[in-house]
Amino acid sequence: MKVSKSPWLLHYDGSSCNGCDIEVLACLTPVYDVERFGVINTGNPKHADIFLITGGINEQNKPVVQQLYSQMPSPKVVVAVGICACNGGIFKECYNIIGGVDTIIPVDIYVPGCAARPEAIIDGVVKAVALLDKKREERAARKKNDETQAKPEGGAI
Amino acid sequence: MSKYFWFAIIYIVCAPFIGGLLEGIDRKVAARMQGRRGPSVLQPFYDINKLFAKQSVVVNSLQDFLVCGFLVFVVFTGALFFWGGDILLVFFALTLAGIFFIMSACSANAPYSSMGAQRELMQMMAYEPMVLLTAIGFYIATGSFSVKEIAQSDISAVCFLPGFFIGFLYILTIKFRKSPYDISTSHHAHQEMVRGLTTELSGNILALVTLSHWYENVFLLGVIGLFIVNSSWWSIPAAVLVCLASFLLETLIDNVFPRVRWQTMLKWTWIVTLAAGGINLMIVMLMK
Repeated sequence: MKVSKSPWLLHYDGSSCNGCDIEVLACLTPVYDVERFGVINTGNPKHADIFLITGGINEQNKPVVQQLYSQMPSPKVVVAVGICACNGGIFKECYNIIGGVDTIIPVDIYVPGCAARPEAIIDGVVKAVALLDKKREERAARKKNDETQAKPEGGAI
Repeated sequence: MSKYFWFAIIYIVCAPFIGGLLEGIDRKVAARMQGRRGPSVLQPFYDINKLFAKQSVVVNSLQDFLVCGFLVFVVFTGALFFWGGDILLVFFALTLAGIFFIMSACSANAPYSSMGAQRELMQMMAYEPMVLLTAIGFYIATGSFSVKEIAQSDISAVCFLPGFFIGFLYILTIKFRKSPYDISTSHHAHQEMVRGLTTELSGNILALVTLSHWYENVFLLGVIGLFIVNSSWWSIPAAVLVCLASFLLETLIDNVFPRVRWQTMLKWTWIVTLAAGGINLMIVMLMK
């Protein structure tokens, strides 16, 4: 069974106009109903698999985003939703804006748009889910590899 | 070996599957009530499987021990119940399991988790009188605290104890963590305190908590069933139907009512359970 059967989201809205924020919430409504794919909007980094960020990064939310990212247990995927999260968008030249999310944490999936449409967000989440499975397999393979490498030493004793 | 021994074994083996499936049905029915398609009924199993595969972020080792204690005592509670043990001991073991869970939330030393623990204590204060009244009610109706003997009585306990049945259904909303009384932690994704009790739990430890809740839910439905079963064979399917109806009623309540403050919860739980249970108790004592 794959992680993709149950992707739990953490949604954070950075420095933006809230347009993408509202579109993310629209995905949870009966029209789009992402819960039919097992997607849950957890609001808790310790329970989340996918970190969905809308809006750019400024000096004030930089430590918040970094901390949220570090609190998520791996395998985890970061999705930047909307052009502001991708590279700062219309706010890029503002004095307080650092830029897109990828300036402070690694971003896996970019969903451009102003505001990103719910269809595009769902598409981004589906891509994130595929990546989540890949990361999980890599994690399992690495674990297995470590065990096999450790064995000869154990055998020698 | 007695058949009750096998009941306990069946409970230990099957309760997670029944509990998970019930949660899946709950999520599906809730989604349909809200005009959504909803996830597959197997979704809770996908979720728990994923949680076991995640990296375990250990807050402190004490918390892991306490969560394991919660699971062990919930399983012990249910197994003792289906084995036909003393219902008082069953309810005391359930309380002990609850204490383990509260301690695990307290041990994290995090604000949301601690607030969840405090609210859970309030919930226990609200439902515990009814739990004890239920045990007393069964004794007065059937003359025994033994689950085995209660289940073998000639007339269903609910005939003597309709008030107790209503009271127990009322506290079931708290125990199932359904709105309006899901104040310490909700089975929904989000609440005002993030996830309350389970905020600081992640990965396999969260999976153990989920598993414990499935065991607990099946046990609680078992108590509902105990109100119905008697010595005749048809009472067993009747009890299963009543359990299922109670479960769906809780889903309906969950989707109809908004979450309330703890003061309202405490007030109304005590009023309803003490009125329904107390009046019933007096009538049964006068009759006997």
